[in-house]
Amino acid sequence: MNISTPIKALLSLTMALGLCVNANAHRAWILPSSTNLSGETPWVTFDAAVSNSLFVPEYVPLRMKGLLVQDPLGKTVEVENTNTGKFRSTFDLNLLTPGTYKLSYASGGLSASWKDKEGKRKRWPGRGETAVEADFTTAVPQNADSLKVARSFRRLETFVTSGEPTVKVFEPSNSGLELVPVTHPNDLFAGESAKFQFLFHGKPAVGVKLAIVKGDTRYRNDQNQLDLVTDAKGFVNITWPEAGMYLLEADYEDDIAEAPATSRRGSYGATFSVLPL
Amino acid sequence: MNRITFLRVVLCSTLALNAAISAVAHADNNKLSLSVELPRMDVAEYHKPYVAVWLEDSSRKSTQVALWYDQDMKDDEGKKWLKDIRQWWRRIGRQAEQPFDGLTSATKGPGKHIISVDLNAEQLKTLPAGEYQLRIEASREVGGREVINVPIVLPVNASDYPLQAKGSTELGAVEVMLD
Repeated sequence: MNISTPIKALLSLTMALGLCVNANAHRAWILPSSTNLSGETPWVTFDAAVSNSLFVPEYVPLRMKGLLVQDPLGKTVEVENTNTGKFRSTFDLNLLTPGTYKLSYASGGLSASWKDKEGKRKRWPGRGETAVEADFTTAVPQNADSLKVARSFRRLETFVTSGEPTVKVFEPSNSGLELVPVTHPNDLFAGESAKFQFLFHGKPAVGVKLAIVKGDTRYRNDQNQLDLVTDAKGFVNITWPEAGMYLLEADYEDDIAEAPATSRRGSYGATFSVLPL
Repeated sequence: MNRITFLRVVLCSTLALNAAISAVAHADNNKLSLSVELPRMDVAEYHKPYVAVWLEDSSRKSTQVALWYDQDMKDDEGKKWLKDIRQWWRRIGRQAEQPFDGLTSATKGPGKHIISVDLNAEQLKTLPAGEYQLRIEASREVGGREVINVPIVLPVNASDYPLQAKGSTELGAVEVMLD
């Protein structure tokens, strides 16, 4: 990809979270050093990055801005020892409360594409730019040919548990595409099947396209991507082929959008640790 | 409920005391001796393994029998690695109630170790009749992990014993005898 460095930096959060199921796309991820912890008030360290290879930081870091951490009671807590380097951000979390923590980024906004008078494809915001919603009516010709306006909701998550897994952090916010687990994400084992439900704005999301890829992609020739689709109630069953750290990416789109949008899109990404039996 | 009287299946070290409390009201043949062999490892860095023993029914409901972990560390830091006894951690260890309290002892080195299992103990004598797995899991720092399953029927039938199983890496011979 031929993009200058400062633009790459801007891309890191705004664009990368919106990137989708395409196996060659850059993928955003938060990687915990451990997902299941024992002992009193354990620590976990995290990498957060956007990359092609999983889970190798080789493109741009995810920025610390926008990271939200919820403790098992749903309370917002802070991470420590933050650093954003060339390729990744790192930070530590002290699990002071037993149960399951959620780390997440959520973003979204309007985007548009159209053809200008010469028939050339235009888009707003431009590559590497961040849309300011108030600019929409001036930046986008409202009567342009083939005008498509999308409202996007992006979410990126991971989960870690001290002691017994809990479910408070899975209460949906009813905004955008969300995962509601039936099988707890910190209770995944190779050869077993996990059941998750996807919601869009709080309602079962039907036909969500999932792409699931195990880490260490650079040590194999094939992505071995699992492609799945949610059923009529938004559920999906995933049988984990082997132990490892996985990235799940999900995309949803429909045309039930509020003006000026003509479509709405949800993307969701999460890392899951799958343990050997 | 008093935890010490509630959890009465014990390791050999504390057996005598507990046996005296619990064995009175019940018939003979209700005590198992579980012999667990930890193999000698030809490795540069050896740490005694963490070992957990539990009974699991067909729906995976689990009942603690024994736990060996490093109890000598400051601030009980040895608990940090309990999660590495992975199946046990999933079935029992991570529970907030810590049903292994009172059933723990220090880690043990290579050799045969006897665990006495008193089936009259509170949480075992109430187990419904049926088929169970006696599961023995060992996890060693900078080493491997292994689980052995020994099928057991409750109530015990003397003609089934002794039961034998054998590990291949982290566990050696396992034998269950009826006392």
